[in-house]
Amino acid sequence: MKLSEGEIGRIYEVKTIDIMDAVTRRLEALGLTGQTKITVLNRKRGGCMIIKVRGTRLAVGRRIAEGIQVKEAAV
Amino acid sequence: MKTSSKQTLTVGFVGNPNCGKTTLFNAFTGASLKVANWPGVTVERVEGEAEYKGQKLRLIDLPGIYSLTCYSIEERVSRKCILEEGIDVIVNVVDASSLERNLYLTMQLLELQKPVVLALNMMDIVEERGMEIDMHRLPEMLGEIPVVPVSARRRTGLDVLLHAVVHHYEEGPNEKVVTYKRGLEAKITKLQQMLREQCKSVGSRMENDRWLAIKLLEDDEEIRRHWPVQAPEILDRSYENDIINGKYDYIEELVEECLFHKEEKAAFTEKIDAVLTHRVWGIPLFLLIMAAVFGLTFTVGDFLKGYFETGLDYFSSSVGSFLSAVKTADWLVSLVVDGIIAGVGGILTFLPNIFILFLALAFLEDSGYMARVAYVMDSVMGMVGLSGKAFLPMVLGFGCTVPAVMATRALESERDRRRTILITPFMSCSARLPIYVLFAGMFFPDCAMLTAYSLYLLGVVVAIGVALAGNRLFPSREEHALLIELPEYKTPNARTIAIYVWEKVKDYLTKAGTTIFIASILLWFLLNYGPGGIVSDIADSFGAGVGRFLVPFLIPAGLGMWQIAVALISGLSAKEVVVSSFSVLFAVGNINSEAGMRQLSEILAANGFGPVNAYALMVFCLLYSPCMAAVAAIRRETHSWRWTLEMVAFQVALAWAAAAIVFQVGSRIF
Repeated sequence: MKLSEGEIGRIYEVKTIDIMDAVTRRLEALGLTGQTKITVLNRKRGGCMIIKVRGTRLAVGRRIAEGIQVKEAAV
Repeated sequence: MKTSSKQTLTVGFVGNPNCGKTTLFNAFTGASLKVANWPGVTVERVEGEAEYKGQKLRLIDLPGIYSLTCYSIEERVSRKCILEEGIDVIVNVVDASSLERNLYLTMQLLELQKPVVLALNMMDIVEERGMEIDMHRLPEMLGEIPVVPVSARRRTGLDVLLHAVVHHYEEGPNEKVVTYKRGLEAKITKLQQMLREQCKSVGSRMENDRWLAIKLLEDDEEIRRHWPVQAPEILDRSYENDIINGKYDYIEELVEECLFHKEEKAAFTEKIDAVLTHRVWGIPLFLLIMAAVFGLTFTVGDFLKGYFETGLDYFSSSVGSFLSAVKTADWLVSLVVDGIIAGVGGILTFLPNIFILFLALAFLEDSGYMARVAYVMDSVMGMVGLSGKAFLPMVLGFGCTVPAVMATRALESERDRRRTILITPFMSCSARLPIYVLFAGMFFPDCAMLTAYSLYLLGVVVAIGVALAGNRLFPSREEHALLIELPEYKTPNARTIAIYVWEKVKDYLTKAGTTIFIASILLWFLLNYGPGGIVSDIADSFGAGVGRFLVPFLIPAGLGMWQIAVALISGLSAKEVVVSSFSVLFAVGNINSEAGMRQLSEILAANGFGPVNAYALMVFCLLYSPCMAAVAAIRRETHSWRWTLEMVAFQVALAWAAAAIVFQVGSRIF
């Protein structure tokens, strides 16, 4: 599933990232890459969301949220 | 301490963008390089010198980077400099208030096997947020490298840092810190061996074989070219993800052990965010907050302004009578009283409004709310083809266009940057405030605040309209993705806010003392000299001649007075000058006092200039070309005179058209 379909409060694990190269690099430097766990904190109708990755709170737009494939993380 | 073997130690300052690296560098070298509160200011490297107990140090400030890969120019410049230019010690400047993100670069620097000293900056913010860092455990977990808390702003910890640099250089490289998964470590060890053998065969020494091995496994293009290793069974795929995760897993472990009280703060932030970034209430709350900001600016500001005016009146009349008493020439009395005091003083009376406005903006920024605005406004901005991040420069534009234009650097794509720069001047900057206060006060006394509000709103509407039109006319398939870090909320710090506001107030005062001072004098001369020398009637002056030439163009917009033409032209030096020009042009001593306003509105009314004309004038001032300082900043940021001048022409045309519509429609209705 896409990260953009994630529900508030749930934790997901990244499978693949398919976005523009520059953004992928930036996400990597922030510690968001394959196998990383993401907590969804907030979500808006437009598709942008607030997520928590390794202790950092990030606001990401729809394009990014749709480009990240995730699966439910085993708790 | 023994003297080191080297005469001059080369020290590289490395860190994430916006971690306070350049401020720290300046504190050592005494240089005043440009420092800014947004990422990406240092693009080229800068050098300086320092000395510690007889040891000479050559300091190099490198561009801010997140990682040591070779994907961006900044990264390549930094990496090349560290690897090839004989840097003896790396000073890794870290923003302690976002340790996790900053330590990622640290982990990579440690792998280079060069001496690293960690400078923990912004410890005051860590304290303000109620967190604590275990200063004993942190260096332990970083392979016993020196960790020095510094404050570039308060100049503390600077000597300790230099001491650590000189001392640590003698100790040699650091231990291994991050251990990857077992399979990966085996590959690294094998590659290290191969690299060392390769080196031995050409007779050179290998300093950072572990780093090279890791980079090979990451499939780093540059390293692969320089160190072609034939080992297909080891380099069967890119292990970049595994390596990144390995580093971050370690950082998480480290943060858990070294940073205290983080969870409580995070819980607090999430509670506030549940309200402020709410999917429905987010935007109304933002609008409410902005309304409160401007409400305060007008009410409290105007209240304080009253005292300023009384003071100015007194000052102006006593200077006038003093100069007359000591038999100063009439023209000089006129220059000082009607030119300088009227011009500069008129601007100074707005200081309270501007003070309150910047105080409120600083409060929003320091509390951590500003970054949320990007998230809240992302969907709205998405409709006009921009990311929510583009909204931040626009909010800053309410303060001053110059820093707002520079803040567009945070936007990734050039197209988004230019589009944002184009619309940012439509946000009413603080220099336009005096114009609104004066004319709304004179012509709409019953609803002055509402009138000023309407202009702020009009500016936003025009900005969004222009962005929308631009997006329709020149659509692009480029993706603009919002990606911004949201810090924890904190109680705004009095000191930080005081510094921020003082900087802005100082800028305003400097402008009053330089640009506006000179503009006032120039204007006075233009208005008191004509082709035949000093003129007795202002209408015979050079200035009037220029103004009259422009009158035919301004008549359709209801601004057909040569004085207005002159005021608008002089407003290009700084928009406040429009106000001071009115006081000089109509010889009204204290334009902001009640008597002064009555006098001016009577003169204007006698020329058929009523409320509709006044509104058209305010609309024109809102939209026409930004001041020279802003134009220069735009030229710097876009690297194009052509684009800048086209923008100015477009804005002037738009201002004329909008003012003409207001006047033509308005004068038929009222």
